[in-house]
Order: sequence, then structure tokens, then C-alpha cells
Amino acid sequence: MATAHGASHSHDHHDHHTPTGFRRWVYSTNHKDIGTLYLIFAIVAALVGATFSVVMRAELMHPGVQFFNNPDGTPNGHLWNTIVTAHGLTMVFFVVMPALIGGFGNWFVPLMIGAPDMAFPRMNNISFWLLPPAFILLLLSAVIGGGVGTGWTIYPPLTIQQGAGMDLVIFSLHLAGASSILGAINFITTIFNMRAPGMTLHRMPLFAWSILVTAFLLLLALPVLAGAITMLLTDRNFGTHFFDPAGGGDPTLFLHLFWFFGHPEVYIMILPAFGIVSHIISTFSKKPIFGYLGMAYAMVAIGVVGFVVWAHHMFTVGMDVDTRAYFVAATMVIAVPTGVKIFSWIATMWGGSIRLTVPMVWAIGFIFLFTVGGVTGVVLANAGVDYAMHNTYYVIAHFHYVLSLGAVFGMFAGFYYWFGKMCGRQYPDWAGHLHFWLTFIGVNLTFFPMHFLGLAGMPRHYVDYPDAMAHWNLVASIGSFISFGATIFWLVFVVFGTMFFGRKVGANYWGEGATTLEWTVDSPPPFHTFEELPHISPTAHH
Amino acid sequence: MFGKRVWGVLGFLSLAVCFGLATGAHAQTIVGQPHDWQIGFPPSYTPVMEKVAWLHNLLLVIITLISVFVLVLLLYVIWRFHASRNPVPTKVTHNTVLEIAWTIIPILILVVIAIPSFRLLYYGDKAQDAAMTVKITGHQWYWQYEYPDQGNFSVDSRILTEADRAKLKPNEPRQLAVDEDMVIPVNTTIRIIGTGADSMHGWTVWGFGIKKTVIPGRLNEGWINVEKVGLYYGQCSQICGNGHAYMPIAVNVVSKADFDKWVEAKKKAAGLLPATTFAANTTPANR
Repeated sequence: MATAHGASHSHDHHDHHTPTGFRRWVYSTNHKDIGTLYLIFAIVAALVGATFSVVMRAELMHPGVQFFNNPDGTPNGHLWNTIVTAHGLTMVFFVVMPALIGGFGNWFVPLMIGAPDMAFPRMNNISFWLLPPAFILLLLSAVIGGGVGTGWTIYPPLTIQQGAGMDLVIFSLHLAGASSILGAINFITTIFNMRAPGMTLHRMPLFAWSILVTAFLLLLALPVLAGAITMLLTDRNFGTHFFDPAGGGDPTLFLHLFWFFGHPEVYIMILPAFGIVSHIISTFSKKPIFGYLGMAYAMVAIGVVGFVVWAHHMFTVGMDVDTRAYFVAATMVIAVPTGVKIFSWIATMWGGSIRLTVPMVWAIGFIFLFTVGGVTGVVLANAGVDYAMHNTYYVIAHFHYVLSLGAVFGMFAGFYYWFGKMCGRQYPDWAGHLHFWLTFIGVNLTFFPMHFLGLAGMPRHYVDYPDAMAHWNLVASIGSFISFGATIFWLVFVVFGTMFFGRKVGANYWGEGATTLEWTVDSPPPFHTFEELPHISPTAHH
Repeated sequence: MFGKRVWGVLGFLSLAVCFGLATGAHAQTIVGQPHDWQIGFPPSYTPVMEKVAWLHNLLLVIITLISVFVLVLLLYVIWRFHASRNPVPTKVTHNTVLEIAWTIIPILILVVIAIPSFRLLYYGDKAQDAAMTVKITGHQWYWQYEYPDQGNFSVDSRILTEADRAKLKPNEPRQLAVDEDMVIPVNTTIRIIGTGADSMHGWTVWGFGIKKTVIPGRLNEGWINVEKVGLYYGQCSQICGNGHAYMPIAVNVVSKADFDKWVEAKKKAAGLLPATTFAANTTPANR
């Protein structure tokens, strides 16, 4: 059992001059405050991104164009594409990454490894403060120069044809990318150098492992994106022809560079959720995680293999058939470590003493929905089958099952697991359960019919569709309204309700299953934690 | 090959029926379009799509079994090991046999998938002995079809406005009807070469098992061989700007004789000299 001597004594130290107000938040070098900033930022961005998606579902609810019309009544496909692009980029760069890595990562990696703070606290501050300007640039891009209607994958030549807004998107991604790279350096340094005495890498909690692997993916993938979008910028503004065949360039070069970043990116979004779910399953089964080393190295394997499968996003662009065959094989390999994780979670529950608390139902929901999203990924990995599905709603269903139902369920699971720790107050259980069931029904209604639409052939990025596809689109739209309602309920009743009226909780409100170090400090933890480093005994559970 | 002969005879019979029904290239029966509450693939209209559908059916069984297996396990452990039923947890955190099993068994399942998958991949890749080529160029926002083997005339295919559709092709669905279909002969292996003029576009037809992202500066090759006369639809499948949702693909598959007639008419319109007919030019015709 891990112990933290003196962890909760810092209340008594009045010589630290804890800053308040503007200085506390804007100048912050404290990992918990920066984590809180990241979480607030992610919630704000999520509301923006979710509003985009509800607007999209409202339009697609019925065939014909209801809202996205030009003044003369003709459909405005570009405006539609602009909203789609803003939705995708917002959710990827300003919701999932800030919440899981910046938010929960900052809050709990130092706590879990027994470190007083991150290795580079000031760099941590700039990592966060690069994000708001990046997000503002992204939002401005939608209204400047006619908006950017390219999809989040920003393929040229379409991106070269866009107005000035495209340059803002590029700068936005530069800033967000710099933020993530700095954050990644910080996490890697912290995890390698600042673990408490006795905490070897092989005794480190799985959430810290997941953030470590994620940080390596960020560090290796984002510079490639930065290079690609810089080349796009010079193609647009300075007459280079990296991606323009008229000058000897090739648009597919951009696709390769983009997906060399883009595929690790999807694991960047899901790996931290793996870590969170591992903790929750273990806590509420009252058992240490099953096959700890296998779980840790499965994440490493997913991270490594995740770098060599990128071209499965490009099966239809005319690559050589042998190249496609390689990417089919490599992609299917990822199913193996992912399967190890799914089965190890179930094995953790097996023989446990399971409590169906709110975080536990979100985590169990995650396991099932991620499995559904994962197996459709195996279908799409087969290039031959992918020709019938590429860029259809089947793909939309697949990646929303792993992200909107996977990563987001992981985020909510983490929220319900740690919110009491972060703010010192606990939500009423009924609210969490109600939120879970509303969301579960809503997102499944939204995304499951999209498999059918995709098999029928409905392409992505469409403002209108043949009348025969009306009914499943109607179902999906109703589902999205339910999910959005659930999110508003969560924000109002769970977040604000708990902050002001929740019951106060102690250091370890989950009881004996919660064994990691964050449960040894007060809820909320004092401004400075671990002034005296905890010592991890060699017999510690993971 | 008895089976092949049966299919050939059936194909001939259905062809004969179609000859009886179809009066010409313009009043075709619509074969390939989505239907209300559709939950699966459209029927397979090409040999590639038959294999795609076969593999997808196999995959669907496998992924459904896996998902149900995981769901049942989850529900069972929730019930069996709920705190009220099992207050004292075990201390088991390792089981080498189990861990090896859930690594090896998925690998075996993947091998079972991979073998037909590779076969399909290589089968669908390039045309063997294509009888003719159609070059497809994606424009913002219409399709252009060129027929290099028939004198290199070209056809521009644009979506019909609602008013025009109601007037000219009232039986064709909204969003899918175009002014000029891509016309091809039935039961003929056709090489498809695609490129983009200005932006990327995606050329696909539902139930054909082909999707070609067409890219400026590159040629992207594939093939189709449609087994049944009729009209088939698809939609642009790569985001390409304002009119992305408004550049459908309509393929009119006609008998070889009708195709020759259509070619003659197009060549005349394009001011090209009459050349040898398609039927005389291509062997073997029925692949």
C-alpha cells in the first residue's frame, strides 16, 4: 500500500503566499491550477463543438436544405463544410486533448507519481496559455475570408483554394501543436525524473503510463503536422509547390504527412482514456489491475504500431497494391494489444467485488462502446472492403464510437472519479446515473444508424442526401438532441450543482479500492502537495 | 466450369429480359439506388462487389460475435461479482495461460480475415484484359467522362436542378439525377482511370465495390464489370468545396448494341468520324 507521509500537512505552512485571483490563474505554475484551467477550457470548447454538431444534425434531420441556404435560396455547401471543419478541429484539438492530457494529465500525473509539481512549471503555464489564442484563431477562421470548408484533414488542393481563414487555421494548429509539444516534453521529463522514491516505472500507475506513451506520440507526431501545414502555408502564400502538381508537387505527399501525424493523433486521444478506465475498473472491483505489465506494454505497443499504419486512411488514393497490403496487415495487428486491454479489464472485474458507482458505469460503458468502435475498425482495415465504405457514414460511425463514445466516456468517467478530489465536493449519485443513461441512449441513437447510412453509401461532408436516407438520419438527429440535452444537464446540475451544493468529502471517498497516491492527499489537495516525498514500498500494488 | 455456365445462361436470360424492357438509353430502369430504412450493403452489381459483400458478411459475423461476447462477459461479471454477491475480492492478478490465449486467439481470427482480404485486394486492384477504358475527371462540381477507345469524345455530367429533374427525368431520385449519364456496355470489363482537374474528388458507385479518390496530377486506376443493364448511382466521396453534395454519379449500363448506338450519336455530336463499332473491336466480350 502506498503511503504519503506528510502529504496533507501543507495547510499549516503559511510561508508560501498562495497567490489569488488574476495572479493565481494567469501566472499559474501550479499543476493543479493549470489542470483546472485546461478542464474549464475544454468544457467551453466542448460546448462550442457540440453546438456545431447539433446544428449539423438539425440540418440533416430531414432531406433538403433547411438552414444552410444562401440568401437566394440555393444551398450553401461551403458554409456547411465550414461548420463541419470547425466541429472536427474543435473536438480534436480543443476538447479531447486539453481535457485528457492537459486537464487530467496535469492534475493527476504529479499526484500519482508523488511529485510536488511538473518538471517545468513555467513551461506548463505557456503550454496552457497558447491554447486560448489558438482556439480564437480557429473560431475567427470560420468567419474570415469566407470560412474554411475543408474538413479537419485540410487536404490540398482544396485548402490552397480557401480564403484567408485557412491561414488562421494553420496558425491555430501551429499554436495548438506547440502547446502540445511543450506539454509532452514536460510530461516525459516529469515522469522519467520526478517519481517518488521506490516508484519504479514498473510500479507506476497505468494512467501515468498512458500519459507517458501519449506524450511520446505527441512529441514525434506533431512536428510532422507542423511541417506539413507550414509547407501548405508557403504553397498558399509564397509560391512554393510542395503539393501542387503544376509545379512538380503532389497532393498525396500532404496526405502522407498529415496521416503520419493523424493516426498517432487518434491514439493520443484514446490512450489517456485507457489509463483512466484502468484505474476506475480496479478501484470499483477492489482488485489490482489484472496483468499490469501486459496493460502497460499493450499501450506501448499500440503507440509504436500506431506510427506505421497511417496510410490506411488513404486506401483509395491509388497507392501501389503491395503498399496497401502492408497497411492492411499492420493495421489489423493493432487489434491484438487492444484486445489484450479489453480482456484484461474484464479479468480485473472477474473475481472482484464490484460496486456500480457512477464512474464505474461510465467505465463499463466505455469498454463496450470502445469494443464496438474497435471491431468496425477491423472491418475498415480491410482495404478491399474499405472501397465500399471509405468516406461514408460508416467511417463517421466508427470514429465516433471510439472517440465520441470512447474518449468522451473516458473523460466523463475520469470526471466522476476525480471531481470530488478536485473540488472537495461530491455530486449526488442519481444525477451521475441519469447523465450516463441519457448520454448512453443519445449517442447510440446518434451513431449506430450511421453504420447503416454508411453501408447504404451516404458520403461524409454532405449538406443534403437522397430522400431514401431520411429515416436513419432522423433517428440520428433525435439521438444527438438527447445527447446535447444530457450534456447541458451535466453542466448545470452536476458541475455547478456539485461545486456549490455538493456534500463535502475526505481524502479517500472511494474506500479501499482506491490505492494510488492521489487518494492520500486531501480533497481538494492543498496548493502544494508532497513537500515531503512519499515512499513507495516494494510490495505496492499498481 | 458448370457453375460459370449456369451464371452465363442466367445472365443471358436476364439480358434478354432487359432488352425487352429497356427501350433505349434514356428510359432505363433504376437498379442501383438506396432504399428506405436500408441497413446493409446494396446488392452486388460487379464481381468485385460480390467478393466485398462476401468478406463483409464474414466480418459482420465475426465482429458481432466479438461484441456480443464482450457484452455478455461484462454483464456476467457485473452480476456474478457484484459487491452484494461477492463481498471479498480475489487477489488473482495474473494467469499466464489466459493472457497467452487472448493474444493468440485474436491473431488467429485476424489470419482468417486476412487471407480472403488480401485475395480481394489483389483481385480488385487492376483490370485484366479490359475491353475499353473510361477516363474520369472530377471537376468543381461535375464529372467528365472521356472515351479514348471510342474516338475520345467526352461527356460532362452535371446534377439536374429540381425543376429540370421534374421536367426531364421525373422517375429519377432527387440529388442523384444528372443531365448526361456515364454510359457503359453491360458485361464488359472496363478500365477506370481517374484524375482531378482542380481539387480531389471521389468517384464511386453504390454496389460496384469501387472508390477512386481522383487527384490533380495523378492517375488512379480501377475496374468495373457490371452484370445487369440499368441505372446506377453514386455520389462524390471526397470533400471538394461548395458543390460537393451536388455532383452525383449516374452510370447507365446498356446492352452492347445500345452502347454502340450511343457512341455513334455522341461522336456525331462531337464532329468525330465514324469508326469501327465497339462490338467488332473488342474480344472476348463476355468476361
